[in-house]
Order: sequence, then C-alpha cells, then structure tokens
Amino acid sequence: MIEIEKVRKSFGQLEVLKGIDLTVKNGEVVTIIGGSGSGKSTLLTCINGLEPIDSGSIKVDGQDVHDKRTNLNKLREKIGIVFQQWNAFPHLTVLENVTLAPRKVLKMSKAEAEEIAVRQLRHVGLGEKLSTYPGRLSGGQQQRMAIARALAMSPEYMLFDEVTSALDPQLVGEVLDTLRMLASEGMTMICVTHEMKFAREVSDRVAFFHKGVMAEIAPPEELFGAPKTAELQQFLAATH
Amino acid sequence: MFNTSLGIDDLIFLAQGAGMTILVTAIAVAIGTVLGIAFGIFRYQAGPVLAAPVTFVLDLFRSIPLLIQLVLANAFIGTVLRLKMSGFTVACAVLSLYTAAYCAEIVRGGIQAVPSNTRRAARSLGMSWFQDMTHIVLPLATRIALPSWIGLALGVMKDSALVYVVQVTELLKSTQILITRLQEPLFLLLICGAFYFIISFPIARFGGYLEKRWSND
Repeated sequence: MIEIEKVRKSFGQLEVLKGIDLTVKNGEVVTIIGGSGSGKSTLLTCINGLEPIDSGSIKVDGQDVHDKRTNLNKLREKIGIVFQQWNAFPHLTVLENVTLAPRKVLKMSKAEAEEIAVRQLRHVGLGEKLSTYPGRLSGGQQQRMAIARALAMSPEYMLFDEVTSALDPQLVGEVLDTLRMLASEGMTMICVTHEMKFAREVSDRVAFFHKGVMAEIAPPEELFGAPKTAELQQFLAATH
Repeated sequence: MFNTSLGIDDLIFLAQGAGMTILVTAIAVAIGTVLGIAFGIFRYQAGPVLAAPVTFVLDLFRSIPLLIQLVLANAFIGTVLRLKMSGFTVACAVLSLYTAAYCAEIVRGGIQAVPSNTRRAARSLGMSWFQDMTHIVLPLATRIALPSWIGLALGVMKDSALVYVVQVTELLKSTQILITRLQEPLFLLLICGAFYFIISFPIARFGGYLEKRWSND
C-alpha cells in the first residue's frame, strides 16, 4: 500500500505540491491527469525518493520513504518507475539493459537474470531484439524496453510518468497496450497520463491535479461523467 | 647521390631512445590517467569550495610550461628535499602529474556529459551511487572522453621530449647526440620524426577503432 499524507513540495519559490493526500491499495490502478505544471510528475518522483519532500509523509508498505533511516536503494527494488524519456543505457544491449539491475542490485546469477529478462522482454514484445543496442530501436520499443527493465526487478508497484508523451502518435498504442496488460494482471500502478481514453479504461480511480492540489478523485465513469469542479470541466473540454 | 654515415649501431641507439620515450610516456599516461580519473570524479562530486584546492594545483600543472616544471622539480627534490632521485623518476613523476591535470578535466567533462536522466533511471532501479558510477557513468563518459584522451596521450608522448633536461636520453635527445657527431641534422630529424610517427600511429588507429566500434552501439 502507498500512503501519501499532506505532502508539500517546493522548487524554490514555486510550490508544486500543496498538501496531497492519496492512498493506493495493492492491486489498484490509479491514473493522475491534469495540466502541465500541476505537480503530477513531481509526486511520482517523490514516491520513490528521487525528490525530497518539504513536509508530510509518503509510506510504502508502512515504510517512510523520506525517513533518513530508510534504505532507499532497497526500497526502490519494489517500486519500478518508467519516465517520459525512456533513458535507455545506450552502451548496453537490450538484454544487458534489463539484466544489469537484477544482477548488480539483487545479486542474481547471469543465467537467472537472463531468464527473467528474456521472459519480461517477450512479455512486452521485444523477444527478437535481445542483442540489439537501444540506439537501433524505435521510441516505442525503447519505452517498452524501459518497462521490461523495471519489471525485471519484480517490483510490487509501478509508477508511469507520462510514458507516451514523447512518442510519435503511431507508437503510443503499443506502449499503452503493454500498460493495459500489466493492469489486467493485477499490478499496482500509478500512471500520470494525458491519454484520457486510456485513463477511462484501465483505472480503478482517476485523480485530477490542478495547480499542486488534488482537485478531484473518483472512479473513471464518475470523474469523466460528472466532473464536479469547474477546473476539471474546463480541462476535459479542452482535451476532448 | 645520397650519402650518410648513419650506421646500424646509430639506428639501434635511436631505437633505444625511442624505447625510453615509450617507457616514460606509458608510465606517465598510466599513472596520470588513474590519478586523473580520481581527481576528475572528485572535482565533479565535491562542491566548488571543497574542490578549489585541488583545482588550483591542477591549474598550476596545466599552466606552467613542462620544461620549467621539470627543472624546478629536479632542483627542489635535489637541493631542498635532499633526496637522491634519478632523472628518470623525476621525469615520470612530473609527467604523470602533468598528464593527471589534463586528464582530470577530460574526465570531469565526460561525466558531466552523461545525461542526468540516464543516471536517474539507474538510481530508480535501486542501483547505488557506486554502481551507477561504475556501470553507467564511467563507461559512457569513457566513450565521450576517448578522442580527447587519445589526443592527450599523443601530446604527452611528444612533450616527453623535454625530459632531456633531467638527463633522460629519450628519442629527441638521442637524435641530437647523433647530430652533433654526424653533422647531418635534416636527415637525422627526418628519421627521428619517422620514429615518433611509428609510435603515434598505432595509438591513434586504436583510438579510431574503439570509437568506430562504440559508435555502433
């Protein structure tokens, strides 16, 4: 379970998170929508401790992410994150990209790590590309590789930060299909996205962020069907 | 048409000088690179205040002509420290620090050129700072820095000609000795230049080969 309580976060003078409360139960899929600068991506990087918070708390399975005594490297083993920019390791093959962390962090043997990596890469449709370097892959393939790389650590939670925003329109579908598949398998996920149709389909709940505040959160049919706040009504009108 | 008194013994003498050039260069580049990597990481990692003393010393080695460094170091070690140190040791020590000073900048630049997002991805997979450094940052920085580093190694090889001031007979000094004896300066300098080229060429080609191989990644 991920418990986010009264989280505040500023970059200099700019307060990007103004007291966020959100609890995500195991097996739940929560998508976060909202305009740019609404704080959605920042929240994700705070959840796995890549960014510090100013106040409040984030707990993952009861463990406080921002407590100094927390071993962040250990905690990150169970929280996978995939970014807008896929950030492949360009000097390693697709297979090596995926096996690196399991071997170095989880201390798996090469054979063991490769077995898992091949399984995950097949899962995302890259079984034929094992010895290819990322530079030779399309954006959509690189993004699916990044997803397989995160999954190879057998995380309990997956965070997706606008994973289709940097892709050409014709490549968006293949990545969203991968996310749909994960959601149907019961992975606990928080997805920041601009894909409203996708949010409507896969989410258990959809949260709308506006200027650092979680303005609304509800199951998709309710949130999209009967938006309560004027901000969400405007946002939906603009994106549809 | 063409006459020379250059004998086989003289060529062997030149080859010995070339051997000394290779030895001094190899030692200086090896030690200088290891130190340079350490200084480069330190300069990148430590804030500007903490790194300031190191930066200052490295700047000294980069801005004072090597000839002056060699003469001063030799005098300092001999007369102030009163240590008995061979010219060869002094030459290797000075040239190593000189190399390290340049290498540190190359390493720092290489590390800085690794995108922060790539490092973020590594850390988000649970990798520690050290694992990120050894498996992601340094391999990528090496690819970025290689052309500059090859340039540095070739530069040090040629600069090593100056170690004659601490009584080390390397390639250029050997040539000068032969010029004094045979009085055929142009021909001997041509031979000397050929020797330098023979030493440099494989290094440059090897660098080119690595660059090409890595660009296929």
